[in-house]
Amino acid sequence: MSVTVEDVRRVAALARLDLSPDEEIQLTDELSRILQYMEKLNELDTDGVSPSAHPIPVAGRFRADESEIFSGLDELLAQAPDRRDGYFRVPRVID
Amino acid sequence: MNYETVIGMEVHVELHTQSKMFCRCPAHHFQIGANEHVCPVCTAQPGALPVINGRAIELTVMTGMALGCQIRPHSVFARKNYVYPDLPKGYQVSQYELPLCEHGQVVIHTSDGSRKQIAIERVHLEEDTGKLVHQGNASLVDYNRAGVPLMEIVTDASIRSADEAFAYVQKIRQLVRYLGASTGDMEKGAMRCEANISVRPEGSQAFGTKVEVKNLNSFRAVRNAIDYEVQRQIEVIEEGGTVRQVTMGWDEGAATTKEQRSKEFADDYRYFPEPDLLDVDVTDEWIDGARSQLPELPDERAARFVESFRLSADDAAMMTEDRAVADWFEQVIAAGAEPATAANWISGELFRRLKDTEAAIEDVALTPAQLAELIGLITAGTISGSAAKEVFAVMWDEGGGPTQIVEARGLQQVSDTGELESQVDAVIAAQADAADKVRNGDDKPLQFLMGMVMRATRGKANPQVVQQLLRDKLQG
Repeated sequence: MSVTVEDVRRVAALARLDLSPDEEIQLTDELSRILQYMEKLNELDTDGVSPSAHPIPVAGRFRADESEIFSGLDELLAQAPDRRDGYFRVPRVID
Repeated sequence: MNYETVIGMEVHVELHTQSKMFCRCPAHHFQIGANEHVCPVCTAQPGALPVINGRAIELTVMTGMALGCQIRPHSVFARKNYVYPDLPKGYQVSQYELPLCEHGQVVIHTSDGSRKQIAIERVHLEEDTGKLVHQGNASLVDYNRAGVPLMEIVTDASIRSADEAFAYVQKIRQLVRYLGASTGDMEKGAMRCEANISVRPEGSQAFGTKVEVKNLNSFRAVRNAIDYEVQRQIEVIEEGGTVRQVTMGWDEGAATTKEQRSKEFADDYRYFPEPDLLDVDVTDEWIDGARSQLPELPDERAARFVESFRLSADDAAMMTEDRAVADWFEQVIAAGAEPATAANWISGELFRRLKDTEAAIEDVALTPAQLAELIGLITAGTISGSAAKEVFAVMWDEGGGPTQIVEARGLQQVSDTGELESQVDAVIAAQADAADKVRNGDDKPLQFLMGMVMRATRGKANPQVVQQLLRDKLQG
């Protein structure tokens, strides 16, 4: 299975990535090779094996519904590149 | 040409939990400063791992049960990928292929008194998003709400009018409030609706092109937006155009639906199982535990009120609309009051006071036992109905028990003929014309004369005794 340059443009648009024409060609080639490599898995016969989301057979472990204020709040917020009045500030996302 | 409206509803309900869906941050996010309830998990710091809040699963399963859904013993969280700063991870943790609850139904009561069953396709759990404030060339982001457990309830396309959609949303709100799953407070965003709306020529089997309308954040908006959008689609078709499949937003101020820019919504979410979370496997025992927490649901409770208390269907519906009211009503009955009279007082005097003061029944000082005592005083003939209203007003405004108030204010009903006779005589003398008419067999002025006596006794006279006295004196 190989990736077309249209696939790359579409995924880039969804991920809000701005790619140059050279990068589009480079990524088309690299992503195709990654998929080809993963095709190795298709050699395995999985008939009769139900799909699983996880390798660990543990499920149904839930957390108790208890709350606490995170103690490292200042440090956490300080990591934002831009802030105002307690908000994270990002480039305007709607027109 | 006549058109049929076809609607499917998606209702998002914020669950009433202490903590967020995948971290221990408080889920409460109303009226606090920006980014006070955030942590590495809900701000997507590298390496932070989510852990599922068991109570959120339980409340979703309980809601599914109340909606007659099948509960999946095995369900999976998935990543819904989109890039928008309302969630910092670049995806929303949601459920896609294997939701917690599926294939249910709910009976709605429309305003014309009819009932209809609406099929529920699924109930699943996801995380709420943060809030954005757009300011100049920047957007400001607050993640207090990001990661709050959000339950999504999806119907099939069996809703046929704005009225049915309205009744459906009312029913969902009532159920989640009964279950304690959510406050259902639309004003505070705890319940948010979207409608998938299409129209088709009456009798046609094929569906028209559907338009998704978001931002239905009040009961009024649900009704107005659907009416508006249905009319818009019919006009497009009548003018020879075609309805395009788009996402619209309801603009409450302008009272129109407006197309939302595609920039805000990626149409390809690339769902895949969330690798950071374990699957949700619930055992039969666990499901039984959730089932045991289900309260008696409103429709069952209303049926019981009709059966056991002989309430009318309307009274029963009114007494069960809210779980706290229903509990209060049952306490009044348990304290010995006659059910229909109790329902009358609650839906009349009490509801009026609650509305005037914007209070919830849980918060009032007046107790069910006090109302029962008041009703008992009327039944025993100790006070008249009008004096009872005065006593109620005093109990509400100043507190205190009804018997004590009646005594302190001398409101006991006077049934003693000797005591009332002089008042009756005085009224007959003062209202000679009316009295003459009654003497000559005209009963109409009798009510007027009774009113005069009641006024003279400040409402304390026993009306039956007064009437008998008047008849004896004028027609005897």
